Amino acid sequence: MIEIDRVTKRYGAATVVDDVSLVIPRGGVTALVGANGAGKSTLLSMIGRILHPDSGTVRVDGMDVARTQSAVLARRLSILRQENQVAVRITVRELIEFGRFPYSSGRLTGEDVAAVDRAIEYLQLEEFANRPLDRLSGGQRQRAFIAMVLAQDTGYLLLDEPLNNLDMRHAAQAMSLIRRMAEELQKTVVVVIHDINFAAYHAGRIIAMKDGRIVADGPPETVVSPSILSDVFDIDVPVHQVEGHLPSTSAPPPATAPSRRRRPQPCPARCANHPLMRAPLPASLPRHRHRPVHIKAVAGAAMIYRWGTAR
Amino acid sequence: MSPKGHFAPRRACTTIAVLAAILGICVALFMTYDLKGSLDYALELRGRKVAGMAIVGFAVAYSSVLFHTATHNRILTPSLMGFDSLYILIQTLAAYFLGTTTFLLIDVRLRFGIEVVAMLAFAALLYRWLLGRGGRDVYVLVLVGIIMGTMFSSLTELVMRMIDPNEFSRLQDRLFASFSTINQDLLAVSAIAVAATTIISWPMLNRLDVVALGEEHATNLGVDHQRLVSRSLFVVAVLVSVSTALVGPVAFLGLLVANLAYQLTGTFRHRYTVPAAGLLGMIALIGGQFVLQEILEFKTRLSIIISFIGGIYFIFLLYREARK
Repeated sequence: MIEIDRVTKRYGAATVVDDVSLVIPRGGVTALVGANGAGKSTLLSMIGRILHPDSGTVRVDGMDVARTQSAVLARRLSILRQENQVAVRITVRELIEFGRFPYSSGRLTGEDVAAVDRAIEYLQLEEFANRPLDRLSGGQRQRAFIAMVLAQDTGYLLLDEPLNNLDMRHAAQAMSLIRRMAEELQKTVVVVIHDINFAAYHAGRIIAMKDGRIVADGPPETVVSPSILSDVFDIDVPVHQVEGHLPSTSAPPPATAPSRRRRPQPCPARCANHPLMRAPLPASLPRHRHRPVHIKAVAGAAMIYRWGTAR
Repeated sequence: MSPKGHFAPRRACTTIAVLAAILGICVALFMTYDLKGSLDYALELRGRKVAGMAIVGFAVAYSSVLFHTATHNRILTPSLMGFDSLYILIQTLAAYFLGTTTFLLIDVRLRFGIEVVAMLAFAALLYRWLLGRGGRDVYVLVLVGIIMGTMFSSLTELVMRMIDPNEFSRLQDRLFASFSTINQDLLAVSAIAVAATTIISWPMLNRLDVVALGEEHATNLGVDHQRLVSRSLFVVAVLVSVSTALVGPVAFLGLLVANLAYQLTGTFRHRYTVPAAGLLGMIALIGGQFVLQEILEFKTRLSIIISFIGGIYFIFLLYREARK
């Protein structure tokens, strides 16, 4: 259980996280959403002891993260931040091996090697495993870093925009993987995410932040509503529910859009029937449990996607 | 150990073995080439020289590798950051305020101890600078280093001009040690200081691998980044004090051997790069001194040759980084 008790963080005069209290029980995916600068990443960093709060405490399994030995925490909690630049030249495998450092202190046992291999397999990095990290594309590198925290094998996983740099396919796969880790391995995942669609589809709980405070907290069905999202993002966000065929709060985009200006146009290249989305996914990927009600938020000209489930 | 997974990098091990062999040859040549006169005397003299150069070579190399990791940058060296010019400034100030007679009468070990403490204080200050607000910007670091280095040497010059000429010449004798006239009094103290800091700091090499990943990753993996960086800088301060006390400043040697070690071993792991860099440092000094003595017949100074080669290599490194 992660307990956040009246945590505040200031940079000079600006209060980035303002007296936030929050309890995240074990298990499940929790998504932190909000506009840029809402304090999501700062809050996540404070849970992961990368930043220290000006006041308040964060406890993980009852341990105060500011006081507990960092090496002990590293076996329970891992955090992956957005910007991942590594100055030294290392290969993908060497990077992932670092995920085992809390257990092995640099001398890998057979168990560590097995964990590294599993992580490589999960993220389909076999062909890149021996390549230097700086020779990879942004998305491949991102996957390598996710593999590192996966190899770290902690009960709590804090991910700051893990879908950054990932293309559609890999973003969907990564998100499915994150959910599977929560469901099958009973991990507690807290993820900062910008894409409301992903949050609505994969998270069991969405916490919306604005100006350093929590403004909404609950299951996607309640948080992903036009009024709340409009408040959080300061922009009109019509919400459509698809697959459940429930009437949505605004008119669904018509099959043939009469007006190019106003209505978001369904994009044939990205719709569910596009060959790209129908391409068979590798066997190692999780199959989704079908959710009866699939909520989609459509902001501005955004399209309705059918992530992952497309077959 | 699974065969598929982690193994000791073979290339790094081979490199270290080859370097050790080369070092052996260099030492043997240096000790035995063209021996004349009293065998005992010559061997003892040369032995002390070899020991001095080995200590300096290792200290310079080790301090450079640690400094690279602590600053996340491979083209900085402790000497670029003004470490050794500070050492000279401390000596000069001591001579000015105490007078060389008093200064030289103080026991060598005590004097060395005081100097090391002063260097440690400087390291602590630099560390605050490094890790203080917004401190990890490389350009700021380089600027700070260059400015401090220049300031220390200008201050030294100023004080030297104010010193009594007789005192000055005595001070100069002390300060301008070179590889052919290694400060013998300090040899034992230095050996102990280097050995002790190395033994104490050796267990942190594995954790330094993680530090090299960056502060956030290090924290995530349970490594106290700040504490390790400050410890590394303290070790650097001791090692630089030793090498500067024995032979004076050697600007580019550390940069040269550390980067060569990274290239030759092809790994980032300190367990391999530190020994390789250390061996390279000793080879550069002992081998270089041999070539200088026997082939060039002292037409120039080793530190000049090292600075020349090191300078060229530095430009090459900058060029390579710029092209990336």
